[in-house]
Amino acid sequence: AGQPHKRRRTSEPSEIEERLESLICRVGEKSNSSLESNLEGLAGVLEADLPNYKSKILRILCTVARLLPEKLTVYTTLVGLLNARNYNFGGEFVEAMIRQLKECLKVNMYNEAVHLVRFLSDLVNCHVIAAPSMVAMFENFVGVTQEEDVPQVRCDWYMFAFLSSLPWVGKELYEKKDAEMDRLLSQTESYLKRRQKIHVPMLQVWTADKPHPQEEVSGFYYLDCLWSQIQKLKKDRWQERHILRPYLAFDSILCEALQHNLPPFTPPPHTEDSVYPMPRVIFRMFDYTDDPEGPVMPGSHSVERFVIEENLHCIIKSHWKERKTCAAQLLSYPGNNKIPLNYHIVEVIFAELFQLPSPPHIEVMYTTLLIELCKLQPGSLPQVLAQATEMLYMRLDTMNTTCVDRFINWFSHHLSNFQFRWSWEDWSDCLTQDLEKPKPKFVREVLEKCMRLSYHQRIIDIVPASFSVLSPANPMCIYKYGDESNRSLPGYTVALCLTIAIKNKASNEEIFSILKDVPNPNQDDDDDEGFTFNPLKIEVFVQTLLHLAAKSFSHSFSALAKFHEVFKTLAESDEGKLHVLRVVYEVWKNHPQMIAVLVDKMIRTQIVDCAAVANWIFSSELAHDFTRFYIWEILHSTIRKMNKHVLKIHKELEETKARLARQHKRRDSDDDDDDDDRSSDREDGPLEEQIERLQEKVESAQSEQKNLFLVIFQRFIMLLTEHLVRCETGGIDVFTPWYKSCIERLQQIFLQHHQIIQQYMVTLENLLFTAELDHHILAVFQQFCALQA
Amino acid sequence: QGTRYDQERLLRKSCTLYVGNLSFYTTEEQIHELFGKSGDIKKVIMGLDKVKKTACGFCFVEYYARADAENAMRYINGTRLDDRIIRTDWDAGFKEGRQYGRGRSGGQVRDEYRQDYDAGRGGYGKTVQ
Repeated sequence: AGQPHKRRRTSEPSEIEERLESLICRVGEKSNSSLESNLEGLAGVLEADLPNYKSKILRILCTVARLLPEKLTVYTTLVGLLNARNYNFGGEFVEAMIRQLKECLKVNMYNEAVHLVRFLSDLVNCHVIAAPSMVAMFENFVGVTQEEDVPQVRCDWYMFAFLSSLPWVGKELYEKKDAEMDRLLSQTESYLKRRQKIHVPMLQVWTADKPHPQEEVSGFYYLDCLWSQIQKLKKDRWQERHILRPYLAFDSILCEALQHNLPPFTPPPHTEDSVYPMPRVIFRMFDYTDDPEGPVMPGSHSVERFVIEENLHCIIKSHWKERKTCAAQLLSYPGNNKIPLNYHIVEVIFAELFQLPSPPHIEVMYTTLLIELCKLQPGSLPQVLAQATEMLYMRLDTMNTTCVDRFINWFSHHLSNFQFRWSWEDWSDCLTQDLEKPKPKFVREVLEKCMRLSYHQRIIDIVPASFSVLSPANPMCIYKYGDESNRSLPGYTVALCLTIAIKNKASNEEIFSILKDVPNPNQDDDDDEGFTFNPLKIEVFVQTLLHLAAKSFSHSFSALAKFHEVFKTLAESDEGKLHVLRVVYEVWKNHPQMIAVLVDKMIRTQIVDCAAVANWIFSSELAHDFTRFYIWEILHSTIRKMNKHVLKIHKELEETKARLARQHKRRDSDDDDDDDDRSSDREDGPLEEQIERLQEKVESAQSEQKNLFLVIFQRFIMLLTEHLVRCETGGIDVFTPWYKSCIERLQQIFLQHHQIIQQYMVTLENLLFTAELDHHILAVFQQFCALQA
Repeated sequence: QGTRYDQERLLRKSCTLYVGNLSFYTTEEQIHELFGKSGDIKKVIMGLDKVKKTACGFCFVEYYARADAENAMRYINGTRLDDRIIRTDWDAGFKEGRQYGRGRSGGQVRDEYRQDYDAGRGGYGKTVQ
């Protein structure tokens, strides 16, 4: 309302920069004008601002090239138009991109690097980069496969960067340099033939001897799949019809532009710090038969399939933090009426959810993303999702156990948002099967998880009566001293005493004195110390306390805290720890969730340690529950706590070292000041002592961590060997449901914690996974070794 | 102004979420299961009616790591628990006394004046009753 013409004159530079950023980021989004006119307009604006804002514009364009790969061709067209108007700017942009690419490779940002390579290659289509210089760069990429003594995953990445750019630029490069391209493609073929594939089975979602004929490439190593797509593309004379190419509309302008040559690009050498992307396997669920009424799904060997999937993955990567935006962006992917978009979206989401070793993002994100998608497309998406669920259920028999875990978590959480409505009768076939088989097991675990999100009676109500055999137990506590009829049990009277005492707010000392009267079944007379392992003492105390605190998690946690001293004393020895865990199980075996939170608390308050939990999980008492999901949740949670603990102390050590270094610097910089010297000397002592203590703590924690993994591997080997020997001597088939579950659980340990386990390779090879081991078990170790080899 | 700045700083560093619109029947176990999907939970504190000392439809969830609380805000906020859309918000941190409803009747303020019938939250609002 004040002085409009004054406002016009004094726009702040930062405002203009913000406006530029906004204009650039938003181009290509839904607009009343056509994309071409928006690009033309924006090119004009940017050209005018180049004199004053060149470096800012360069930076924004480089960033969108890296972070908005789903809009690749929009931005390459924009750069093409700018290059046509200002040759120098085009050259500076290309240089900036090369610098950015080198930076990304140096800091292991390989996913971003692929986007940059693809961007550069599409700049050939926009007449910014000369085709021969792009071919030269690709020759250097493919040349990496000739390097000696480098990990295969390094060669894989450079090969991927080359091949995955070809849908965009294959045609142009082949037209200009067909001989060179043919050579590159034949080098690619021979590389793919000779590379080893031992590790691939470990990463497959479904283990099958023959892939389903409709999903020929599902389970394929991602490079092999891409190679077959490129081969088909070449056969089709590089005709690619799916990618949106705005630059075609500007052909007359762009072909007048002068092109730049890429400087010779040498791939940065392999170093010890290089961490390449993990190998991946293609996941496919749908094909052209799955949506009979809608548009046809591009075939599994088509490059269109590859491009669509890449773009949808990019959209998720850009917007995963905002589920509503992510859903909207996925649904507005162009080509909506030419491709069965809902099917592609669902397939891509499940591909990420089931990815081994880990999904790219936290599991719960995918659940809520699918819910948002259902909200936005209530008439179509829920049906596709139901179809997908049905297909996954049908193939449970060969689904990797880790993926089944994720399927269980997703499905139960999803149902809890839709009143648990599902056509359970459709799955009645599982009722006639052995309960350990994958399908009934899946339904049982889903119902158990559904119960955790609601309550027992709800679950009884939502399934048909015939499904009661799969329904979870009522999560009640089992107190062995509860009934008068149990009064002949040893420790019964002490249990009664304890109950009264605890209800009367007894102290730890009073508890100790009551427990003193408990005889030790392990020996004739008690020690004078009274602190040797006494299983009966543990049993009476833990049973009674947990029973009294059974009302809720908070009650149980309070109980653990109040009587922490008693727990620590009773569980001082390794046997004590194991027995505490046993009793917890006996009391709460109907409430796995309670067992999990109690074990977690006991580790955090150091009543038990991680190794005790591992030994308990592999103990014979738990054999009956060994394949149940909650057991593995507990074990992996335990390992994660151990890992976090090591990281935390390590961080403390690094921080203290940094503090000492800063102190030394301060002291060295004013060395004329005697007073300062003396006072920092006094401070140094404690800091250096601290560092020494922390160093010891780190070493002890790392040793505990290593021991945990060794215990776990050792127990797996013992268990699996027992089974294999029994089968061999009895002449029975090794491959029982239990065996499949167990061997995949072993694989899961390797995959989920691969970075840490890599440190132990020598020990594992020499001590545990030796040549004498049964080849079934050894194969798992060899596959793991091949992963980053 | 000083306290507002402090408050905002506490919220930026907080690992605690306030959770609202729970059913009176929703248990600590259910909350633990749902919110455990974004990370390890340090503590759940159920909101209580000041008079009856029974659940009155809200709670606090504290995580060990802020990143886990952020993921809860991203992916659990606005989804259903016990068939109800629940709402999460950053909380400056639990202090003794904050577990009680501040409505005149002992429950939450919102249940004093609302006009609708909500079976999961004691039926009609207190003033209507």
